[in-house]
Amino acid sequence: MSSVAREITRPDAAPAAIAMAGIEKWYGTGLSQVHALARTDLSVPQGELLVLLGASGCGKTTLLRMIGGLIEPTGGEMRIEGRPLWRDGRRQDEAVAELGMVFQEANLFPWLTIEGNIALPLELKGVGRSERLARARELTRLVGIGGFEARWPKELSGGMRQRAAIARALSYDPDILLMDEPFGALDAMTRDAMNLELQRIWMETGKTIVLVTHSITEAVFLADRIVLLSPRPGRIDTIVDVPIPRPRTLDAQSLPVFQDVARRLRHRLNEIS
Amino acid sequence: MSDAIVSPAAPPAQARRPAISRAALLPWITTPALVIAFVALWHDYVTRNNVSAFILPAPGSVWSAWVEMLWSSRAWGHTWMTVYATLYGFAWALVIGVGLGVAIARVRWLETTLNPFIVATQVIPKVALVPLFVVWFGFGITSKVIVAAVLAFFPILTNTVLGVKSIDAGHRDVMTSLNATRWQIFRRLELPSALPYILTGMEVGIVLAIIGAIVGEYLGGNNGLGAMLIAKMNAYETDALFAVVIHMTLLGFIFYFGIGALRRMLIPWHQSSGR
Repeated sequence: MSSVAREITRPDAAPAAIAMAGIEKWYGTGLSQVHALARTDLSVPQGELLVLLGASGCGKTTLLRMIGGLIEPTGGEMRIEGRPLWRDGRRQDEAVAELGMVFQEANLFPWLTIEGNIALPLELKGVGRSERLARARELTRLVGIGGFEARWPKELSGGMRQRAAIARALSYDPDILLMDEPFGALDAMTRDAMNLELQRIWMETGKTIVLVTHSITEAVFLADRIVLLSPRPGRIDTIVDVPIPRPRTLDAQSLPVFQDVARRLRHRLNEIS
Repeated sequence: MSDAIVSPAAPPAQARRPAISRAALLPWITTPALVIAFVALWHDYVTRNNVSAFILPAPGSVWSAWVEMLWSSRAWGHTWMTVYATLYGFAWALVIGVGLGVAIARVRWLETTLNPFIVATQVIPKVALVPLFVVWFGFGITSKVIVAAVLAFFPILTNTVLGVKSIDAGHRDVMTSLNATRWQIFRRLELPSALPYILTGMEVGIVLAIIGAIVGEYLGGNNGLGAMLIAKMNAYETDALFAVVIHMTLLGFIFYFGIGALRRMLIPWHQSSGR
């Protein structure tokens, strides 16, 4: 094998899914300026499940929305798979195409059926009807709401609506899934179930996932790596690896390593807030 | 692994609707019963007290006057004029109201500049302007169309502004994250989002448009149901006058329910469409 070929096949030759350098965010102007996020460097390798953890006001949602291109950073550079997300104040289409977003609310459009909602991104991209609906059917099965394609969003429970929102974000097959407290509005039992489901979907699809939460348990259960953010201004405090093998079950919570990571995070969170 | 979680059971393909409920059936009994009771009381009052037919004709003679009207091609000519003025004026109100409404809701400076004028035109007793319209646009159909449009315009405008402003911020985030174009955001988010509000404006607007057309006909020319009403009054044909009122009322019902049907057709997903 030539050295060039070896260079290409080396796993670390692929650009990071997300790479940010000196990203920061100020809100407002003059005296009322708020420093939402101090200069931040972070790199997320492809296929990682990264969790941004922190109390409210630590800038974790701001950071996620900057990765998603919903907010333009005040300074620094954000790259998605090696390509800059912003250029001359304009969002770059190729970079945005690799990002799928899931919000705390499912944000399904009430005038579209479940399959209409899931297929909406494809419709916007001009994909034909039959292909769209086939893809929607495939995704409803993946996220566990097969058979509900023709229902209206209001006919589904909160957990099922959030599954549909995940399916919508996956419809155009982006490499990266960004999730802003996706299960924060669900009850505890549904939330546990959704955490298991998300792990399964992540393992089946091999996506890179960045998830924001303020739940330590959820963070430790899901994450390969946890980024702990501290407030005023938001900045990265600590980065913690979670060395628990996959697939994790809900019983993983009783493992000593789980409890150890959770305890360290809890102490650190108390110190910084 | 995926078996660890039981996925929610798929629903039966066709959810079964309950047979027509008693509550839904009730108005089909109460409405005719109340109408019959009203007519009976009316008839009884007129015959018992020997009321002059110029003041209050018996329901029987109103009925025959109305049937006679239905057989008269002149009456249908008047009806058509009123329908035309109403719908034409309403169409203008709809186009301008929705167009201006979307623009105002979107462009901040447009709202701040136009708002005083919009409020001013809203508080003007518009019916008082009808003679002016007659002076400007003559006794023909134009002045009626304009009165109908001016009256119907407001509810449509204000509801459109409200509708576009009420669009969910989360829904906007979805469209932004999907890199939707300006046109896609309008067509796929803003329009369907605002549609329930616009239809509410239309429901109020269509009724005002009929009022506008009829008031326009009172004051100018000799065409339309409004002019017919005045003619019957001057001829002391009170039974025919009542018949015209009934005719107008039915017309109003048809338009109003027409918008209701449009609502169920366009926004079946919305709670206002019932289930």
